[in-house]
Amino acid sequence: MIPELGHFALILAALVAVVFGSLSLLGAHRNQQAWIALARPGANALALLVTFSFACLTQAFVVNDFSVVYVAQHSNSLLPIEYRVAGVWGGHEGSLLLWILMLTWWAFGVAQFSRQLPDTMVARVLGTLGLVAFGFLLFILFTSNPFERLLPGATEGRDLNPLLQDPGLVIHPPLLYMGYVGFSVAYAFAVAALLSGQLDAAWARWSRPWTTAAWVFLTLGIAMGSWWAYYELGWGGWWFWDPVENASFMPWLIGTALMHSLAVTEKRGSFKNWTVLLAISAFSLSLLGTFLVRSGVLTSVHAFATDPRRGVFILIFLVAVIGLSLTLFAWRAPKVGLGGRFGLISRESMLLANNVLLVVACATVLLGTLYPLLIDALGVGKISVGPPYFNAVFVPVMTPILFLVGIGPFARWKEASLPELLRLTRWALGAGAIVAVALPLVYGQWKAMTALGLFFAAWVVVTALQNFAERVHHTRGGRSLLTAVLAQPRGFIGMHLAHIGVAVFVVGVTMVMSFEQEKDIKMAVGDQVSVAGYSFRFNGVRQVEGPNYVAMQGNFDLTVDNRFLRKMNPEKRNYHSSAMPMTEAAIDAGLLRDVYVSLGEPIDRDKPEGEWAVRVYYKPFVDWIWGGCLLMSLGGLLAMLDRRYRVKSRRAAAATAGVQQAARN
Amino acid sequence: MKSRHKKLALIGGALAVLGIIAALVLNALNSNIALYISPTDVAAGKAPQDKLFRIGGMVKEGSVSRQADGVTIAFIVTDTEKDITVHYKGILPDLFKEGKGVVAQGRLTADGSFSATEVLAKHDENYMPPEAAKAVNDAHTRAAEKKAEDAVAKPAN
Repeated sequence: MIPELGHFALILAALVAVVFGSLSLLGAHRNQQAWIALARPGANALALLVTFSFACLTQAFVVNDFSVVYVAQHSNSLLPIEYRVAGVWGGHEGSLLLWILMLTWWAFGVAQFSRQLPDTMVARVLGTLGLVAFGFLLFILFTSNPFERLLPGATEGRDLNPLLQDPGLVIHPPLLYMGYVGFSVAYAFAVAALLSGQLDAAWARWSRPWTTAAWVFLTLGIAMGSWWAYYELGWGGWWFWDPVENASFMPWLIGTALMHSLAVTEKRGSFKNWTVLLAISAFSLSLLGTFLVRSGVLTSVHAFATDPRRGVFILIFLVAVIGLSLTLFAWRAPKVGLGGRFGLISRESMLLANNVLLVVACATVLLGTLYPLLIDALGVGKISVGPPYFNAVFVPVMTPILFLVGIGPFARWKEASLPELLRLTRWALGAGAIVAVALPLVYGQWKAMTALGLFFAAWVVVTALQNFAERVHHTRGGRSLLTAVLAQPRGFIGMHLAHIGVAVFVVGVTMVMSFEQEKDIKMAVGDQVSVAGYSFRFNGVRQVEGPNYVAMQGNFDLTVDNRFLRKMNPEKRNYHSSAMPMTEAAIDAGLLRDVYVSLGEPIDRDKPEGEWAVRVYYKPFVDWIWGGCLLMSLGGLLAMLDRRYRVKSRRAAAATAGVQQAARN
Repeated sequence: MKSRHKKLALIGGALAVLGIIAALVLNALNSNIALYISPTDVAAGKAPQDKLFRIGGMVKEGSVSRQADGVTIAFIVTDTEKDITVHYKGILPDLFKEGKGVVAQGRLTADGSFSATEVLAKHDENYMPPEAAKAVNDAHTRAAEKKAEDAVAKPAN
């Protein structure tokens, strides 16, 4: 009964979405207050219905209702409760429902936190979101209904893919989807601006916090996925340039460009068309990512069972969204007008360069991701594009961005002077040079790439701190240092925090790529292997029982300089419900390094208590990669909570309302 | 006049930068794509001699052997028609199994065997890498066609 209620709620949600979506857009167009007023209640009702539907599916998982096909396919009565809940988004249908849930929550959020916006604007934004939700609801109802019944019901479920039975995977998809879907708000704001022709600083100020919020979630989601790959896939990598990773990374790159471009639009009124185009692109890439992952054209860890109808549907939806919004853009953009002019060396020009580089980086990722599909579709052959391609193009494109991250905040708007910039950043240049020369030598080997990475990391940190200190100094007056620091706008603190996050990330990547050590080796009981001064002694394996698996658990002593550090217990698990073994690595994490051991396979399959193939890793600074992402997200969080979004926007709204009133009179 | 020159210089500079980036990207793409080649095509000498490529097929039953160091492994990949021996040093992915599909990336060695730098992990036991599936299907199709031809050819005799 409950699954039917969930299904019914989804149908109702689709109706609500299409009705309130079109009416509020039409109402805004014709200036009909009654229809405009439908937007907020409509969005609230939509969120309520979809949340209810999602709760129904969750309930089916919690009580092991295997008469629902989707539950039978992705759960099992032995599965611990937290993974039964995570199982809701463990497959195609449920993750799509999660997508829609997030979309409606964003719309709900806009409905709640938009008191200061003009009602017509809200109606246009929510109307656009409503229609997007309608498209996805149709998709789920016609091709991917998670509530479909199995008659007679199964007595036992097939189980969740063991790879997904991990705490990281419980939160990775929701975070990622929040980010993906969050760009729909930026998109809706862009569409609303094009429809109304009102694209100004106030508009940029409204859409900034929403864009930043989506970006924060996406950053966390991607970092979470990368961390999961590192410890769960068992082979120590943190980024594989897997097409699905790329699918989430492309909107991130464009989203980053969008955040910076919005800053220019807000402060200087320039880049308006460009900003709108980026907002459309970011969401289009999110949809493209969904298409790539869900249509089965890609093969990867994320590729669920495929159904050609789904691919066709998303493709049509994608074409409709991109086509309609670009047409709208072509039609309305000429009305938008140019913003303030700026010089060749200025804050604007540097942000423009940052934008161009990010877009180019995104284009190269897109090329590498779609090229094999294109070749396959043309029937020329099957190829794969490997990580070396991405590394080869990505590093040269991103390096200038690191330079700009450091110098940009010093540049004045409109016109900056190069000699002054050089004078201001000379300390950072010096510090970077010293670090670049000295630090690699501490690790015993000087390589150009290592030096380059460390140079830019130091450069970014020193410039950020210096820029921050200068501003504190200028605004300090007679206050204490701490008060002066805390009195800085959150947006400003957030920016520098995020930039320092970039530096931390760069340190992690550079050090891991330069100095990681890896050994694959056969070990018998009593054998020792050492890597980078860390010694592992193998004491054998024993069998342990988990809730729904049996594992061979290795027992290693980790020592450094003959000093015992800790025991390490990597596992090789065999889940009851699946023939697929799973590797669980044991990791000793630290600020400056991780050491990592995982079990390969027994040398003789019939004697698992004997010798094993073992992989050991030494990974310097690897946790800085995710630490950097965390700092970036934290910076974004601070920026979106900046006071001026609330105070000033209220004033701006009042001003706009005044203008409209005046125009009407 | 002066500002027009400035604009021209700016546009020229931007185009030059874009050109460099495009060249960089295409060059990187060209040298880093790995063609997929089936064991039959390798046997027919269609594999590149000094370039990375990928092979796909099934791991032949009973073909996996280890050297004394425990981590140097040899196995046979087959598309049911032709076989190729693959050498790999390292730890195999969890889903590597005799009789199951596999994709390996590497290059040909002088003795005609395949030296793999990477054996690809797939993440679902029921999942067959499409490259491997294609190799086996193509071989089956050829076998069926051959059978049909033979069947047609025989009555003529």
